[in-house]
Amino acid sequence: MATPPSMDEPPSLHAHLVLTSRFENIEIAERALVDLCDRSGCDGDHRYWIVTALREAVANAIRHGNRQDPSRSVRIDYTIADCVVTIRVEDEGAGFDPAQVPDPTDPANLLRPCGRGIFYMRQFMNQVEFSRAPGGGTAVEMVRRLEPQTRSPGDEE
Amino acid sequence: MKSEIRDVDEVRIIELSGKITIGSGDVKIRELVDKALADGQSKILLDLGGVTAIDSSGIGEMVACYTTVTKRGGQLKLIRLSPKINDILQVTQLITVFDVLDTVQEGLAAFK
Repeated sequence: MATPPSMDEPPSLHAHLVLTSRFENIEIAERALVDLCDRSGCDGDHRYWIVTALREAVANAIRHGNRQDPSRSVRIDYTIADCVVTIRVEDEGAGFDPAQVPDPTDPANLLRPCGRGIFYMRQFMNQVEFSRAPGGGTAVEMVRRLEPQTRSPGDEE
Repeated sequence: MKSEIRDVDEVRIIELSGKITIGSGDVKIRELVDKALADGQSKILLDLGGVTAIDSSGIGEMVACYTTVTKRGGQLKLIRLSPKINDILQVTQLITVFDVLDTVQEGLAAFK
């Protein structure tokens, strides 16, 4: 699943997962990320928020993208390199326009039971970009930079 | 997600632990709150002390439960939020919607 860095490359971690569209598979996506984070030294707080964003992205791909059709896949690419975590999630759905998703913090929307997933992704990651996946579905790429934490030993700053 | 329910006077305390996430915990919250209302208990304290993670579906179910209980003339309050669950409610400004208290005692007192 995950590839350890080779001897002649800078240390970086990469993994690719293909999951069927079942909510219980979100746990597999989470476990792969946690494993990569542990190996890269990504700390507890960073890890918690990245996991939260990943779960939202995969849940959206399964529910809204693939409409829980188990014959459709969700593809996840994880890269941790140079203190940057990059996650790309692709579905096989019909695509959508993220600009059409209403702001969940607008007072008129506060009591809506849905519509917060993308907002959480944007809150917990430094960068979130949607595009069309090669197969026509939605691709979302999320980036979080692992700035040195004040307590972490060995930080440069 | 695991849950335990108990009644203290007229208040139903629903103690939740683990993950409240899509496809499992989210549906469970609704069932627990519906059961409280069916049992005639419309003052509900959701104890989130043992909750390790919640996603937008879990939050959405809590909001839906809040609306259902309020419409029935009841009250739903939250207690014992971890700092991270608090952050999750804070960023979506739901902290302004829910009545949030620190302890069981404070939660019970808030219904009086």
